[in-house]
Amino acid sequence: MNAAKGKRRPSGSDAKAAKFWQLRLYVMDQRPKSVAAFSNLKRICEDHLKGRYRITVIDLLKKPHLASGDQILATPTVIRLLPVPVRTIIGSLSNFDQVLVGLDLRAADQPERAS
Amino acid sequence: MKHKGPKSTPRSVNLPKCPTGIRGLDEITGGGLPRGRPTLVCGGAGCGKTLLAAEFLVRGASLYNEPGVLMTFEETGAEINANVSSLGFDLTGLVRRKKIVVDYVHIEPGEVHESGEYDLEGLFVRLNYAIDSIGAKRVVLDTLEALFCGLRNEAILRAELRRLFRWLKEKGVTAVITAERGREQLTRHGLEEYVSDCVILLDHRVNDQIATRHLRVVKYRGALHGTNEFPFLIGADGLSVLPITSLALNHKVSRARIATGIPRLDAMLGGQGFFRGSSILLTGTPGTGKTIISANFAHAACLRGERALFFSFEESPNQIIRNMHSIGLRLEPQVKSGLLRFHAARPSLYGLEMHLATIFKEIAEFKPAVVIIDPITSLMDGGLASEGKAMVTRLIDYLKAGQITSLFTSLTQGGHALQQSEAAMSSLMDSWLLLQDFEGNGERNRVLYVLKARGMAHSNQIREFLISNRGVDLVDAYIGPSGVLTGSARAAQTSLEKAAALASQQEAARRKRELVRKRVALERQIGGLRSEHEAGAEELRQIDEQVGTQTRLLTTERNELGRLRQADVSAAAGSLGGPRNGKTH
Repeated sequence: MNAAKGKRRPSGSDAKAAKFWQLRLYVMDQRPKSVAAFSNLKRICEDHLKGRYRITVIDLLKKPHLASGDQILATPTVIRLLPVPVRTIIGSLSNFDQVLVGLDLRAADQPERAS
Repeated sequence: MKHKGPKSTPRSVNLPKCPTGIRGLDEITGGGLPRGRPTLVCGGAGCGKTLLAAEFLVRGASLYNEPGVLMTFEETGAEINANVSSLGFDLTGLVRRKKIVVDYVHIEPGEVHESGEYDLEGLFVRLNYAIDSIGAKRVVLDTLEALFCGLRNEAILRAELRRLFRWLKEKGVTAVITAERGREQLTRHGLEEYVSDCVILLDHRVNDQIATRHLRVVKYRGALHGTNEFPFLIGADGLSVLPITSLALNHKVSRARIATGIPRLDAMLGGQGFFRGSSILLTGTPGTGKTIISANFAHAACLRGERALFFSFEESPNQIIRNMHSIGLRLEPQVKSGLLRFHAARPSLYGLEMHLATIFKEIAEFKPAVVIIDPITSLMDGGLASEGKAMVTRLIDYLKAGQITSLFTSLTQGGHALQQSEAAMSSLMDSWLLLQDFEGNGERNRVLYVLKARGMAHSNQIREFLISNRGVDLVDAYIGPSGVLTGSARAAQTSLEKAAALASQQEAARRKRELVRKRVALERQIGGLRSEHEAGAEELRQIDEQVGTQTRLLTTERNELGRLRQADVSAAAGSLGGPRNGKTH
């Protein structure tokens, strides 16, 4: 299912793919981990992708039927829909280095900031 | 459902059961899995965990009106559909009718990055949503352990699993969780520590290149359960566990008798043949005519208008028909009329369990009155001796429950007909016929004994079993001072006896003739004597006549004289033939 989505997406936004980041964050209500994940993600994006990202927050408590579509197991979960390929990170995103690796930000944008 | 009757009523007070609908499993567990609790099903690869779980759901949805959720971590919905449709389950239809929800949880090891704390709420949400969408009562988590591959933080995972099982209990669903068998523990990741209510272990063992599946209820908290290993089958219509111990010996018995197709054999069995619904063992060394007796038995059943099912594990049906033709037994018409059915399979084709499943299925379809298994030994050779016996026990139980008369032939290898396996098997049988070769005088002859026949007076005599192109017959073997004689020795003995009888007959005739001759001679002598005697009498008469004449003459003369002398006439006539004189006067 992931692969199918990954293939479909680029058709409309191939040109922007390199620039524009589309992220989806699955959370549970206002639970501490969810809140932390959102603020962490926002901070990372502001640091690295300022102005060229969009985060969609989906509250599974309100929309449980959306969980199976993106194969959500754990919360919180971030899905990088764009640029392709789709990437998934789970957790409160408290470890920034792991998030950067997971989102492929370090390699693509600021490899020197890793140290 | 049928096992839920009187048995489970007292138990359901303390522990409600959730019937699985899987044949045999509900018997072993006394009514099913613990209702509202999780059950762990563990086993190695390919031992049928997923199928068991899927059948639990499908039966629940179709038989007990309990909708179910199938959450699969390893196979996609389409794959599961394809797998279970081979068992005749219409999963797609049940999904369409909102009886079952299939949710495929995709986990790719290494695909997911982790950063910081997380929980498995996503899984809970999905499961909860699926359960609530159809009001599910049953849940299957097929190989939950796949999570261990996808998620690296084992501490979180374990905490979440513990929470999951608690949550499932709170939710009140009866859950089946499958898990891979571990090396030293029941499951690879120790899931058994979370599931404490019921653990079922599946096993797929290979003995002598033939695989057999086993099921064992390792643990069932708060309920009695069979702890043995039970063989189970995956047939064309689902799983069936074959319990031996749970079957009570309470078959209905019949007093009716059925003929064997060999009149003389009927005579040996109290004159009427076997009991209907009994089990018969026919042992014999190769070539002693086991198949022939079996075919006769089947043929006799067909002539009575009953159906007979012939399982042949050594010969093809056409070969049996041809061979029986040579002894004047025509089976084709019975096959054509549908009364006789053959089922032939190589014993090594598959394991005992599959053979048993096939046999059960054929019997259920054909509903025969007589079942023949020729030979049972080649089936038993496939598995372990204990398995073979267990299988025969189950088969006999099944047949007896259906009042089906069964004839098992058993091939004995060595010169001695009674071997260990037969002795073990024979205790299950009601009647036991033994066919044996007698070797002597440069020939082999077949003989038949009735070793046992429960519940009937039967002959203790040995009979010679003759096979000719006119059919089969049993004749009395010659038992004399020199032992049992069969074949040409018996024939020779018989002709000897015949010759002796003839000789004594001839002697008698000769003596009779002599006597007759003597009598005739005597009679002739008597005749001679009689004529002599008659001649004497004639002479006597002549003498008498002569004397009379002389006397008369004398009297006449005397009368003449008296008359002449004026004598007293009357006095003289009174003393010397007066009347004559009177007549003459």
